[in-house]
Amino acid sequence: MTDETPVLSLKDLHVGIDGNNILHGINLNIAPGEIHAIMGRNGSGKTTAAATIMGHPDYEINSGAILLNGEDLLELEAWERARKGVFLSFQYPQSVPGLQVGHFLRKSVASIRGDEAAKGPAFRDALKSAMEEVSIPRSFLSRYVNDGFSGGEKKRFEILQLMLLKPRLAILDETDSGLDIDGIRVVSRGINAAIRGSESGALIITHYSRILEHVKPDYVHVLIKGKIVKSGGPELALELEEKGYEWLQ
Amino acid sequence: MTMEEARGAVGDYSVGWHDPEHSTIRFDSGLSEEVVRKISEIKNEPAWMTEIRVKAYHHFTKRDMPGFGDRAALEGIKFDEVCYYLRSSDATEKDWDDVPDDIRNTFDRLGIPEAEQKWLSGVTAQYESEAVYHSIREDLEAQGVLFLDMDSGLKQYPDIVKKYFCSVIPYQDNKFSALNTAVWSGGSFIYVPKGVKVEMPVQAYFRINAKNMGQFERTLIIADEGSSIHYVEGCTAPTYSTDSLHSAVVELVALDGAHIRYSTIQNWSANVYNLVTKRGIAHRDASIEWIDGNIGSKLTMKYPSVILKGEGAHAEVISIAYAGKGQHQDAGAKVHHLASNTTSKILSKSISKDGGRGSYRGMVTVASKAENCKLNVVCDALILDDQSQTDTYPTMEVANASARCEHEASVSKVSDDQVFYLMSRGHSEEEALAMIVNGFFEPFTRELPMEYAVELNKLMALEMEGSIG
Repeated sequence: MTDETPVLSLKDLHVGIDGNNILHGINLNIAPGEIHAIMGRNGSGKTTAAATIMGHPDYEINSGAILLNGEDLLELEAWERARKGVFLSFQYPQSVPGLQVGHFLRKSVASIRGDEAAKGPAFRDALKSAMEEVSIPRSFLSRYVNDGFSGGEKKRFEILQLMLLKPRLAILDETDSGLDIDGIRVVSRGINAAIRGSESGALIITHYSRILEHVKPDYVHVLIKGKIVKSGGPELALELEEKGYEWLQ
Repeated sequence: MTMEEARGAVGDYSVGWHDPEHSTIRFDSGLSEEVVRKISEIKNEPAWMTEIRVKAYHHFTKRDMPGFGDRAALEGIKFDEVCYYLRSSDATEKDWDDVPDDIRNTFDRLGIPEAEQKWLSGVTAQYESEAVYHSIREDLEAQGVLFLDMDSGLKQYPDIVKKYFCSVIPYQDNKFSALNTAVWSGGSFIYVPKGVKVEMPVQAYFRINAKNMGQFERTLIIADEGSSIHYVEGCTAPTYSTDSLHSAVVELVALDGAHIRYSTIQNWSANVYNLVTKRGIAHRDASIEWIDGNIGSKLTMKYPSVILKGEGAHAEVISIAYAGKGQHQDAGAKVHHLASNTTSKILSKSISKDGGRGSYRGMVTVASKAENCKLNVVCDALILDDQSQTDTYPTMEVANASARCEHEASVSKVSDDQVFYLMSRGHSEEEALAMIVNGFFEPFTRELPMEYAVELNKLMALEMEGSIG
């Protein structure tokens, strides 16, 4: 797979916020069909990496590059990156009172995948099967986006969007946090359905290895103080679970 | 006005064009007893109406400006420069083809004839001072529903008009109700007979076209026992660098068990003072609902009111206000519980942006003899930037301890995280703002007929365009 253009390529990425440097030179390549995990403690820079790739305006890129399928993303705003195929499942999804879930999903699909994908039976069928996959009832469609959702409902709604938007790159920021074991199973089913066997890549950001038992990563990277200090296969996640992060510092 | 000035004044105001002035009668600017008498004479009115106009005029000249609201802006009104009467067409037509071409074109561009065909029971279209078009579905006419412009109502049904005119809003109520009573022209007159339920809404559309124009329509709606009607009102004007004045009076009477819903979307251009008095009386088990949307104007002062006079009556006032650059929306609601077991609900939502100011001003009273009343007031404000302002002036006077009162107020700002979340789903910053704004207004929008709701959402999306610095 190495001769293919990676879905995502981070090249010596240095990022700061409010003048504080957070990421000190990250290098990462995700090939089509691959799932990578970034593991690290709170404050290691995991969420900064996710928000930076999505294009959050608060993060300043001091040097380096972010390439999606070989295309430089740095000059693009978040919505343009989304239309190119970047998706971020948020750790804390925002609520928008008065904006109905059904309406929002249709508009988002139209803006990212085009009007045709948001029309008629094709959209309805895709919506129905994705909702079944992540155990979301129909009544959800008339609720307001993330408004009054439980923690688990928010995460399942993020994965529902992932399945409908069909991104080239899915970033999942702490998708497992706040979920019980059934929640993790449901959400993992959605992620596998969206990524496995596709040309897309995924980057899973997490504290714990729990979710990685259900979504098997091809590679695991350990982030400490803004640097990837170790990379390995799925067995690295288990090692971290056992030994913690101390030994790597 | 240069293009640049025009753009500055209009923003994205899409209905700000104007047609050449078209007049068969145009009064010189300024107001006097003579002007008032002349309006009445042209209209060939009965003596009692002339008399009440003259009394109202004298009250207007002596009456102070309201002691609240935007005093500075109110003092800026130049009553001497206003044209108080302008007739642009000599007849009120029943067929759009008979309406003078340029006026008809205006209403075509506003989409009125199309809406009429699709989903309305009747339409009245007013241009400057007079209604130029008027029509009602035949089946409603056959059931005895009266839907006329106010001048025709006075001519054809003087007894009904005499009985109810000024019965809900006396001319002495405030300076602008006195002004309207003195110089009123046009507006709607509606009478719904006992038990008749008008399923599809009737609509009135008010358009000011001329410069420095004063529009003073007068509307009277009487819903007889057990009847129901939904009246929809829309209004727009061209954008000029000088101000126009719109000062309407609307009186509603809901007799026992009747239901009146009155929906407004005012989208006046930002050079119009919109100073309107709206009030209804609800008799036993009747209900009155004001659905009041304020998007345009320079200054709006409007507090749709309901007097709950009969036992079991219900009032609902749902309003939104959008205050953009150079705009002050001073809006709200008033409900007076005079009888037992009456209920009321007020929901007010305002958005301020680009230095605009949205004020909620509300009053709810419960009389001492009114037992077991329930009242609920919610007002929410959303501020889009640091230059904009919101303020709230709620008053509750409850003289009966059995009343159940609920009041909630909130002020919020659009957060960057909220916008980023929506942008990450492929929506530009402007689209994201429009989604947040339309969501905020949703409790109002869902009360509108669907066609209006869609229009309002588009309008707000337009308001968010070009707003990102």
